[in-house]
This record gives sequence, structure tokens and C-alpha cells, in this order.
Amino acid sequence: MAAPGTAPGIKDAAAIVGIGQTAFARHLAEDERTLACRAVLAALDDAGIAPGEVDALASYTMEDTDEVELAKAVGFGDLTFFGKVGYGGGGSCATVAHLAAAIATGQATVGVAWRSRKRGSGPRPWTNTTAQLPTPAQWTRPFGLLRPADEIAMLARRYMHEYGVTRDHLFNVALACRNRANQNPAAVMYDRPLTREMYMTSRWISEPLCLYDNCLETDGALACVVVGRERARDCRQRPVYVHAAAQGLPAQHHGMVNYWTDDPLTGPAWTAARHLWKHADLTPRDVDVAQIYDAFTPLIPLSLEGYGFCARGEGGAFTEQGALETGGRLPVNTAGGGLSEAYVHGFNLITEGVRQLRGTSTAQVPGAAACLVTAGEDVPTSALLLRS
Amino acid sequence: MLTPVTDADGAPFWEYAARGELRVQACADCGEARFPPRPCCPHCQSFACEWRPVPGRGRVWSYVVAHPPLLPGYAEQAPYNVVVVELEEAPRIRLVGNVVAHAGARLDSVDPGRLRIGARVRAVFSGGLPQWVLA
Ligand SMILES: [Zn+2]
Repeated sequence: MAAPGTAPGIKDAAAIVGIGQTAFARHLAEDERTLACRAVLAALDDAGIAPGEVDALASYTMEDTDEVELAKAVGFGDLTFFGKVGYGGGGSCATVAHLAAAIATGQATVGVAWRSRKRGSGPRPWTNTTAQLPTPAQWTRPFGLLRPADEIAMLARRYMHEYGVTRDHLFNVALACRNRANQNPAAVMYDRPLTREMYMTSRWISEPLCLYDNCLETDGALACVVVGRERARDCRQRPVYVHAAAQGLPAQHHGMVNYWTDDPLTGPAWTAARHLWKHADLTPRDVDVAQIYDAFTPLIPLSLEGYGFCARGEGGAFTEQGALETGGRLPVNTAGGGLSEAYVHGFNLITEGVRQLRGTSTAQVPGAAACLVTAGEDVPTSALLLRS
Repeated sequence: MLTPVTDADGAPFWEYAARGELRVQACADCGEARFPPRPCCPHCQSFACEWRPVPGRGRVWSYVVAHPPLLPGYAEQAPYNVVVVELEEAPRIRLVGNVVAHAGARLDSVDPGRLRIGARVRAVFSGGLPQWVLA
């Protein structure tokens, strides 16, 4: 029991016991709804849990397969908890966090989180000129700041200027992800090595960001199954416990165009990290492997600072000497991440975190017992601290 | 080219810009300027606001040089710069815009090699939008 006056919290109260995914490709023939069904059924099969036992769902507000369609297609039972989290890739870890909270408080017993997206086949969201939110797009888009790559490049230039972060640091990030993808047969970039020369001579997208600083455009779907700790012991797979979880929306934050705060370079990661570590028995030093959201390379050094792996301004230098590679100080994105495995709004970072703690990654960190998984930085975000 | 899809909070900014005036929203009670505009003051929660004229001098806080793929209209002017300008009079007010050779010039009318973080710029106006020229 928790001490008087303190909430029992969600620490280790729930575990991920099943993961599932479809193939990842630039183009898949099946529609998003079908892909969602396949990923969810694969995750339930991995867990050894029947669809009729599912009573909770969590996904992203940008997910187009809604709860009703998924539930009636795959044969879920009566649902008593369902919710969606906003802010694109910032919501990835929050889907699992919400299920863990629902299960810890008795609102549900078996939860499924998922993301299905045909971002490879479908249109680029920024090309839609009619569905723009009035704020803050009125302050940016007329001037040609059109794409997420432009919005992050603006912060990246300032970050490089203030702290001496270089293109070589960003290359270190792209290379670590690509090297891990080259070990992962499921990765889109499995057979495509990256060299420094390719990186330095590639075309610009939005200076200072080049092609290889940008994530892939992928079709695919993933899902995971979350249950309470008692139930987890009886499942087919070794449980991966949700040790701590957090969301982060800092005071006066503005989303991906966070140009109007006192300090735009301390983003949502800092807010999520304060809550995460406060509720954890572990510290950043105890983390064996990390899956850091990587829609753009600069998000990794910024997140390394935010989550306390290094001090403010040291995220670029942290990437030196192979620190992010296998055997380095902090191996990251060990299936290839959004940069080189698949870009499915960060859900593949969650499933890879689970594989590391099961000991089944294609780039296994020996004896990995704690894994940090993060969602998109520079948008309202979320994070999970997983442990075996 | 995209025009501002404005709202009740932002409309005054664009109305002043159409007259060639740069103004920012400020609290009529505690005096704090805020951007982007919003219904009430995050410092004192007052709903009373005023639109304060600012001289339109600033420094480049950061910039990008955008390359295709881009929307038609923008792609034809690429590569072009987009800057964030920090206003001298109100350091926390930062405006996104373009550094151009003169009011109404194309987005690619200044060599990106001339841009630096910290470069001084001043506001000019064209077609209802503020633009920036190197000062
Ligand atoms: Zn006020």
C-alpha cells in the first residue's frame, strides 16, 4: 500500500505483454484500417490474449481508424476505456501511459494501443492548404515556413549557433540509426548503408537540414497490448513493465513553432523528464538503451539534454566517439528509428523498447534492463521508462 | 502564395500591417506584450488589451533556407530564406518573415550568404505582409 497522503501511482503496475506490426514500406496495398487490424491481432497473438478480452483502447488523434471500426472488425469485448492523444508524434508514449493509468486505477484490464498510417502512399500533410488551423499557421505559412522540416530547421540553426552543434553531430545521429537499420531486416533501409560523404553531399531540404536529417515516409501499422502486473506474469511473453510515464506541455509552449518563449531550446522533453525521473527508482545513468523520437536528427541531441543524459548544450558533443552506437555510452534507436526503420509516428520506438527488454532486438544491448522511450520533442510530448 | 488565415485574436495585426504599421498586442492592465495574440493576459489574466506600435527594428534570431519540395509559388522562388526576427523593443516578440532586397521583392532576392544570426533588419510592408530588409 502507498504511504498515507501519497497516490499509489502507476509504477510497475502495468506491463506491455504483446507487440505486433505489419511490414513497413514506401507503399503497401492494404488500407489503413486493414493494416490496423493486422497489427492489433498480431500483438494480441504475441501476448496470447483473445480479442474478446480487450476492454481499453488508446491511440492518436491523427489516427484515422477509430475505435468503433477497429472494435467491430477484430472482435473486441465491451470497451470501458478509450481515448486519443493529440500532437502527432508527441502522443506515442502517452497512448501506453493512458492505458497503464486506466489499468492501475481499475478502469480496464486489457488495453491495446496502436498506430496505422499510410504516410508513404498518402499526401504530405503540409501540402493541404485548406485545413490549416488559423493559429499559429497565420504567423508562419504565408512566409514560406511550410513544412515540419522548416519549423525544426529554424530551431536547429539557433541550437547550432548557441552551442556549437555541427552537421557532423547531426550525421552521427543519422548514422547510428542507419547502422541499426542495416541489422534489422524489417527496416525500410535494411540494405542501404549511409556514409559521411553521402550525408555531406546530399540535397538540402531546409538549411541547415539535409535529406538525411529527415525521417522516412512510410506505410505501416503497429500495436501493443498492456495488462496489469498480475495478469502479465501469466502471459506468453516476458513482461516489460511501465516503470514510469509522463506527458509534457511546458508553460507558454507553442508547439512545433516554439519561437515565442523565453528559452525556445528547452522544450517539452524537459517538462516530461522532471515528472518521469521524480516518479522512477532509476536515473538516466541506469538506462541501458534509449529509443528517442527522431522525425529530424536535431531532436535527438535536444532530447538527450532534456532527459538528463547530458547538460544543457552538450547534446551535440554527446554524439561523438560512437556514443549512440552499439557498445557506446547510450545506444539509441536500435531498430533504426523513424530515420531508417519506419516513420509511424514513433510507435516503432515503443515496440523496439519492448524487444530490447525481452532480449530479442536485432541489435541487442547485452543484459538491457531499462529502456527510455520518448515521443516527439518540440511538440507536447510523452515518455515511457520501461524495465524488465 | 498563402495569405494569412486569421482569427479574432490575430486580425488586428494584419489590419495594421495592411496600413504599413507594425503593432503587437499588449495587456492594457499590466502592460506586458504578448505574441501570438490571444484572448487574455497570461500574466494577470486581464481581457483588456491594446495594440502597441513598435518601430520595427530587430535582429535575426534564426533562419532557414527552404529548398523543394514546396508548394507552387514558393517552389518557384526557392531556395529562399525564412527568418525569425527578434524585435529590439520587445525581445520576446519574435516574428517569422523573409529578408528581401526591398519592399515587394521576391523571397530569393537576397543572397542567403549575406544572412547571419544577429544581423540587424528593419520592417517594410508589401501586400499586407511585413517583410524585412538588412539595416
Ligand atoms: Zn496583464
